[in-house]
Amino acid sequence: MAKKQVLVACGAGIATSTVVNGAIEEMAKENNLDVNLIQIKIAEVGSYVDTADLLVTTAMTKKEYPFPVINARAFLTGIGVEDTKKQILEELKK
Amino acid sequence: MSDLIFDESTILLDLESDTKEDVLTKMGSNLVDKELVKESYIDAVIKRENEFATGLPTSGVSVAIPHTDVEHVNQKTISMAVLKEPVEFGVMGDDSETTPVKVVFMLAMDQPHSQLTLLQKLMQVFQDEDTLQFLVTEKDKTKVKDLLTEKLAFEGGE
Repeated sequence: MAKKQVLVACGAGIATSTVVNGAIEEMAKENNLDVNLIQIKIAEVGSYVDTADLLVTTAMTKKEYPFPVINARAFLTGIGVEDTKKQILEELKK
Repeated sequence: MSDLIFDESTILLDLESDTKEDVLTKMGSNLVDKELVKESYIDAVIKRENEFATGLPTSGVSVAIPHTDVEHVNQKTISMAVLKEPVEFGVMGDDSETTPVKVVFMLAMDQPHSQLTLLQKLMQVFQDEDTLQFLVTEKDKTKVKDLLTEKLAFEGGE
């Protein structure tokens, strides 16, 4: 299976994406999935449209992308985090 | 790596405010006075909050984690404010919704992509109703500081 490129983005690329990045890293390890995580600001997503497989973000995005976008707020509040993890895993296993 | 500043002087209890802009200005000014952030921090953090809201509805009280780019920061700092009355903040990732925020953690980070352990622990605090409840009711800054210092394990962190 080809290594998936996963973008992890928030407004500043400082705080929330760091937490989400850590959570996905752990999840990938637990599931023996080899993923290429890239932590960026949401404004930088445009540079990756041709290469990314998935965008996980805590910031609002109205743009349409050629890959799925998953809201990652659950990683910060704990509310609904299992559902979010399931969604991400499904995408990573595709 | 420079040490993180979090003490009684960066904790504001019973902060009276009507708008999120005012909350951010008051918290930011406190940090500017102590030269922990540059004067540009205040406008930058307000602009960022309006662009990318940081309100988080939790199972207990709502919190917000305003922050902005590293170039406005002199010294890595966490400032916490408990608001006398909740103030509406936009919900992170959903600009059509607001949430009544009672506790604000202003994160002044001096490096991007750093502080993973600290931030993860902070998020655990948000998921811990008892701790949040303690923070919104406790009137002694030192007790607030002690509890958070323990929860976030500042000493020897990273």
